[in-house]
Amino acid sequence: MILAAAPASPADAWLERAPVLLRDALTGWLPDALRPWVAALLSIATILGVFGLLFAYMTLAERKILGRIQNRPGPNRTGPFGLLQPFADAIKALTKEDIVPRAADQVLHFLAPVVLVALSLIGLAVIPFGRNLVAVEMEASVLYFFAAGAATELAIFMAGWASRNKYSLLAAMRALAQLISYEVPLLLSVVPVIVVAGSLSTTDIVAAQGGWAAGLWPHWHALTPWGFSAFAVFMVAALAESNRSPFDLPEAESELIAGHLTEYSGFKYALFFMAEYLGMAALSAMAVTLFLGGWQAPLAVLEFIPSYAWFGVKLLLLLLGFIWIRATFPRLRIDQLTRLSWKFLVPLALVNLINGGVWAATADWTGAAAVVRWFISALGVVVPFIFLARSLSAGYGPRTYRYASP
Amino acid sequence: MLGKGLLQGLAVTAKNLVGSYHDPARYVTQEYPEVQPKLPEAYRNFPFLVSETADDPMGTLRCVACQICEKECPPQCIYIEKSKDKKPDANGKLQIYPAVFAIDTAVCMSCQICVEVCPFDAIKMDQEFAIAATDRFDGLLLNREQLAKPNAYYHQIHPTEASEVDARLAAERRAAEEKARLAAAAKAAAPKAAAPTAAAAPGVPAASASPGSIPPPGPPPSSS
Repeated sequence: MILAAAPASPADAWLERAPVLLRDALTGWLPDALRPWVAALLSIATILGVFGLLFAYMTLAERKILGRIQNRPGPNRTGPFGLLQPFADAIKALTKEDIVPRAADQVLHFLAPVVLVALSLIGLAVIPFGRNLVAVEMEASVLYFFAAGAATELAIFMAGWASRNKYSLLAAMRALAQLISYEVPLLLSVVPVIVVAGSLSTTDIVAAQGGWAAGLWPHWHALTPWGFSAFAVFMVAALAESNRSPFDLPEAESELIAGHLTEYSGFKYALFFMAEYLGMAALSAMAVTLFLGGWQAPLAVLEFIPSYAWFGVKLLLLLLGFIWIRATFPRLRIDQLTRLSWKFLVPLALVNLINGGVWAATADWTGAAAVVRWFISALGVVVPFIFLARSLSAGYGPRTYRYASP
Repeated sequence: MLGKGLLQGLAVTAKNLVGSYHDPARYVTQEYPEVQPKLPEAYRNFPFLVSETADDPMGTLRCVACQICEKECPPQCIYIEKSKDKKPDANGKLQIYPAVFAIDTAVCMSCQICVEVCPFDAIKMDQEFAIAATDRFDGLLLNREQLAKPNAYYHQIHPTEASEVDARLAAERRAAEEKARLAAAAKAAAPKAAAPTAAAAPGVPAASASPGSIPPPGPPPSSS
């Protein structure tokens, strides 16, 4: 929460400045040397509190929505509408026996969930949650975010290795194969954004998406052809990166015995879940920042709503999308998973890289040329998509049923 | 085209999500303890003893302690002790009654064989399934006071079956009266000196076989 952007007119609104004012009120009486440290601690506490609660209520929302989609009510006994369910779950997880296998590497076994949660959290430091709300202002914050995200793979392998259980280890290796496969399209889909925005800083990328074409069409990256394609690839890769259905085969509850989580119980198990949700939230927050205009309002007239509220709305919508997808799609097989990455998403992201480059090079085209620019960019998305989709599904035609009519 | 099926799938789940809030066909959950299930008529689980009235269940049990059900019960969950004395049954006839009638529901397998073999329609299948107890020995061993339920209750849970049984019992009762009347007439005709006690059974109202109503038990013979 360091004052970054120069105050514009909507930025002067009281609600907009409330978090910064609150921070100043809380730290104003301290000596100058201490103030940045306390402010940093405050932003850490805020992120922990907000995302901790978000995690708690995401689990509830997920269970409720999955229930509704499967025509049942979901948890509704603990408190009104089941609102106290996350706390009941937390108490249950805390009071459960913590079993550590005798053969396990005690230190690594304990460290793995801790490291995973920590690495999932530190990515949130560079997300601009509002106009002036970013915990750490950094030149290369996008790079930092993905470096922190990639390190979670280490923690997952640590969990599998430290358990000294062959199933845990196998599952951890599968998880690594998946995470490394999807790291590539994830990063490739981000590159065109950096090319177009011309910066690796998240605040600059959000600032580059400000304004509206013809006063109506926001300059969000997801609302351009290349940006939409990159956004779609990013979201698919983010699903796989956060081990979410339909790419949840490292832990595949119904098939494996929870994969690398096999030897974990009690609160450590809950920590893995927390890391999954935090990772999901962090990647969604990054998607909002990179593609959906960050904290920018969709319309100029809606700017009276504070920027952090817009960020929250967009983040929640993406998270609900994750739940919706989980409720809909069956799990992929490991070969289908890697094939989708290497034969479809990576080429698509590579072509999109050129597309984004063309878009950046033609930034000064106006009038009729702008229409041509949009057309070229759309062509650069649709044509590769059609060809890649054909090659991906070649030989996998509609299944014929010999004994049952579909 | 790649993605068409994915979008169709998403549409299906979205329809379910929205529909579960307004379409009863998409939201079929009944929340059990608050909403009791509507059991089908043929549902059965544990046996109960039919008594004619609700006021005096022990006095009007149809059971005559013949012990057929006890012998036939495959898991041997019924225990009966015959009474030493006799008490008048619903028809006013003196009968042995069960001094002890116990069913161990922990053992009962709900086969309904006791119901099939009972010649007196005295034991029927209940629909009460929430019989959980904290003590699995005494708590699940039901004695005759707990087992006895009035005929009206039987009409409630198995209406079709109960009216059939009532009609049959009424017919049997009428036939017995007819026979008794004929026998009495024959007796009166043969040795002129009639024994008044034989024909004492006054007109037992047996016509009330409509479902839902309890056939009133015959008045106990006052002459004896």
